[in-house]
Amino acid sequence: MSAISELSNIRTARGDRPRTREEKAALRRENGRDNKAAYLFLAPWFLGLVVITIGPMLASLYLSFTKYSLLQPPEWIGVQNYVDMLTDSRLHHSLKVTLIYVVVGVPLQLGFALAVAIVLDRGMRGLALYRSIFYLPSMLGGSVAIALLWRQMFGTEGLVNQILGAVGIQSTTGWVSDPSYALWTIILLHVWTFGSPMVIFLAGLRQIPVMYHEAAAVDGASRWTRFRRITLPLLSPIVFFNLVLQLINAFQSFTQAFVVSGGTGGPADSTLFYSLYLYQKGFGQFQMGYAAAMAWLLVLIIGVLTAVNFLLSKFWVFYDD
Amino acid sequence: MTELQETASPEVATHGPKPVEGAGRASRNARSVVKHLVLIAVSVIMIYPLLWLLVSSFRPTDVIFRTPGLWLNDLITSNYTGGWTALAQPFGHYIVNSAIVVVGAVAGNLFACSMAAYAFARCRFRFKTLWFAVMLITVMVPVHVVLVPQYILFNNLGWVNTFVPLILPKFLATDSFFIFLMVQFIRGIPRELDEAARIDGCGHGRIFLRVMIPLMGPALATTAIFTFIWTWSDFFTPLIYLTDPNAYTVPVALKQFLDATSGSNWGAMFAMSIVTLVPLFVVFLFGQRFLVKGISTTGGK
Repeated sequence: MSAISELSNIRTARGDRPRTREEKAALRRENGRDNKAAYLFLAPWFLGLVVITIGPMLASLYLSFTKYSLLQPPEWIGVQNYVDMLTDSRLHHSLKVTLIYVVVGVPLQLGFALAVAIVLDRGMRGLALYRSIFYLPSMLGGSVAIALLWRQMFGTEGLVNQILGAVGIQSTTGWVSDPSYALWTIILLHVWTFGSPMVIFLAGLRQIPVMYHEAAAVDGASRWTRFRRITLPLLSPIVFFNLVLQLINAFQSFTQAFVVSGGTGGPADSTLFYSLYLYQKGFGQFQMGYAAAMAWLLVLIIGVLTAVNFLLSKFWVFYDD
Repeated sequence: MTELQETASPEVATHGPKPVEGAGRASRNARSVVKHLVLIAVSVIMIYPLLWLLVSSFRPTDVIFRTPGLWLNDLITSNYTGGWTALAQPFGHYIVNSAIVVVGAVAGNLFACSMAAYAFARCRFRFKTLWFAVMLITVMVPVHVVLVPQYILFNNLGWVNTFVPLILPKFLATDSFFIFLMVQFIRGIPRELDEAARIDGCGHGRIFLRVMIPLMGPALATTAIFTFIWTWSDFFTPLIYLTDPNAYTVPVALKQFLDATSGSNWGAMFAMSIVTLVPLFVVFLFGQRFLVKGISTTGGK
């Protein structure tokens, strides 16, 4: 998708470039006025950038080198927070939990989204209805109400065990209270919300000219070959867009784990997502400096991962412009 | 890539766009039936939990734990009446809180993001490329990295337990994703329109208000809908900034059911869950069309 092509190759809009000499002269006259107007239009954004984003980022970098509990002024302790992170076994565990969630949940969700999008051909009967049904959970899925529902569904007497009982499988497993299953119920919730990447895939599929497929069919290409040689390469920018966005989002997941575990990350820390642990450190134990350091580790992880993604994309993402 | 170009180049395509499928009509129909059966099965699995939630909200709590089915034998509404008043404030209080925050956030995003987007899409200014890059990169900044200092800032300004920390950032265009969405949309609007207005003597302010805003309907609608849904569902920000139960928004209030009743009053909890999902569902129902269109324009080249 163009968001990504622009990130990897940032440039101003081509339409901005003056075409004739008169246009150039006119533009030069207007430039002064344009400049002032632009900065006026951008004033709220600039203010937000400084006050809400860059200022706090710098402050958080500073705080990450301090011990700070909100009550006393920050005390400079150098890299101590970062050193402590090396031996913080709960932090390591929360990274592991988050990684499992990301590495399993994101590809599963995207794979499902792509598979369903491809089955939903253009012009097929009931397309709009199917699309709505599959899209709905992703609109509701981030809410506390759904997380509460999930907690019930996978509880000891929950819906899942009731259904299992109804088909003759007696189960007393409390899925959300069993450390070996709890994380998987949240991964399942993530997969359940495959609707929003699916809609983006559908939009992308619609832009692939039908004639490519028709031509390939004339040449005797099988469905699978056409999928692999036409659909997948032409869709690759959109797969990439979804992948980058979903990875960034998944690393920051919070609500579902918080609600399903009642805020503890339990049972036995099995759903202690990284952001949940960060919240506990910062707003539970008021170790603001440590939380800031944790946030910077997250920036580093997301940054490196996104960079690797962009580097790898050269090998599999195909832009036809 | 080269293989793709061989198969998909336009020259090949001109051979004749006749779809030649070896399979006959019968097998195509069979495939279509199988496809629909699979899709219906997936649909049922997808919405079963939602329907069950809805039905359970009309069941006595002890029945909820014995009934996986959707059949409602004895309908009760006491979950709703009981749940509405189960917390410190009647549930309507939290809905009003959420409504204030949502209206503020939507207004903020529409105002600030559309202005920024107009500048990026239509004005020429110094360091435009740099600022545009900065804007795109801020989409990726995790919220956690600004969280602690932002909290300290708002706390020092005395804004904790007010809705300002939830609304003000939107008026400062911090949701860069929407700026990008609108930039993409404006680029699709013919330049001739604003050039004509400029010849007629309009400045940027009037071009923006009189030409752009009326044409930006789908992009503005998408922004409004997404902002509504995300703000209504947002749990993290209110959890941090709103510690006074009177200021709770709907998600934080709903979570109280878990603390207060430790899961014993599922009926009331489900009823209030449905109450909080209704606005989302309504917005989804009416906004879906715009969302799909808005997403297509973001993806459009």
